[in-house]
Amino acid sequence: MCATCGCEDHSHGTVINLEERLLARNDHLAAHVREWLAGIDVRAYNLMSSPGSGKTTLLERTVRELGVPCSVIEGDQETAFDADRIRATGVPAVQVNTGAGCHLDAVMVRKALAELDPVAGSVVFVENVGNLVCPALFDLGETGRVVILSVTEGEDKPLKYPHLVRTGDVVLLNKVDLLPYLDFSVDRFLRCLRQVNPHAPVFQVSARTGDGLADWYDWLSLLP
Amino acid sequence: MHELSLTQGVVEAITARLGSRRVVMVRLEIGKLSGVVVDSVRFCFDLVVAGTSVAGARLEIVEPGGRARCRDCAVEFATDDPILLCPCGSSDVEVLVGTELLIKAVEVEPDVRDVRV
Ligand SMILES: [Zn+2]
Repeated sequence: MCATCGCEDHSHGTVINLEERLLARNDHLAAHVREWLAGIDVRAYNLMSSPGSGKTTLLERTVRELGVPCSVIEGDQETAFDADRIRATGVPAVQVNTGAGCHLDAVMVRKALAELDPVAGSVVFVENVGNLVCPALFDLGETGRVVILSVTEGEDKPLKYPHLVRTGDVVLLNKVDLLPYLDFSVDRFLRCLRQVNPHAPVFQVSARTGDGLADWYDWLSLLP
Repeated sequence: MHELSLTQGVVEAITARLGSRRVVMVRLEIGKLSGVVVDSVRFCFDLVVAGTSVAGARLEIVEPGGRARCRDCAVEFATDDPILLCPCGSSDVEVLVGTELLIKAVEVEPDVRDVRV
């Protein structure tokens, strides 16, 4: 007799309950990364945006002006262009090429952190692959998640990418120096944003002119 | 296409648990608010199982619908929409059900260890 169901028919197999979370391995590694970072007093921020939102320009300026030692993990499918731009500012950077992958995961970040070897008390910026979908699900062990959108992308971006935008601890609206030349309503953008992320602080910034960046630096400095 | 890495993770988790035992069915639970596209998982599954002990397995996916509770008015409501708005208009809601991403169970080929005389 079949031990599983008591029937006489042995042609079916045995069902084994696993109840295993799909992201269990990533989340476990992310927890280790978080613990390791806390142990050396390093804060890490996961920067997520679409391609062309001005994320690398924002980073170039932030690492120069924050007044705290910084280093950067650059995630891109290909090339080391962005890491080269960051290194040109005098800040250590590690490039992670994901190849076909559309997001960073905790394995990649753990490996990159080992290579980067950040100094105690510093800040690590993780520039995720430009993509407003896939990075949403992957915990990297970061201290905080930063969503960067820009005024050239349309006011309804938060509603188009609700899963990712919801996970942001802070939202930057970049390229506000272009507002006089665009039909972009900041009010409508904020209404769309609040439908998916009701509480995160929002800073209107221009990485090109430096407008509004003081608020962003304050936010980074104030967080534990 | 995070579905590809998720699906690869499914196969890795199963082979880690069951070794080379032949798997004939995989049952996943993918909540409607999880941000994971079930059709993409099905597509990726056929690709990533090739050459593994899961090759040829039937894929069953259970998709629990979403339920959330409003932090402003305390109402509980059902929704499958990723833009979680309470009927009162508030977006300050807590998801109760619908973001699950689980390998629920697998069915393995009959094995002498499972058969009692
Ligand atoms: Zn409500």
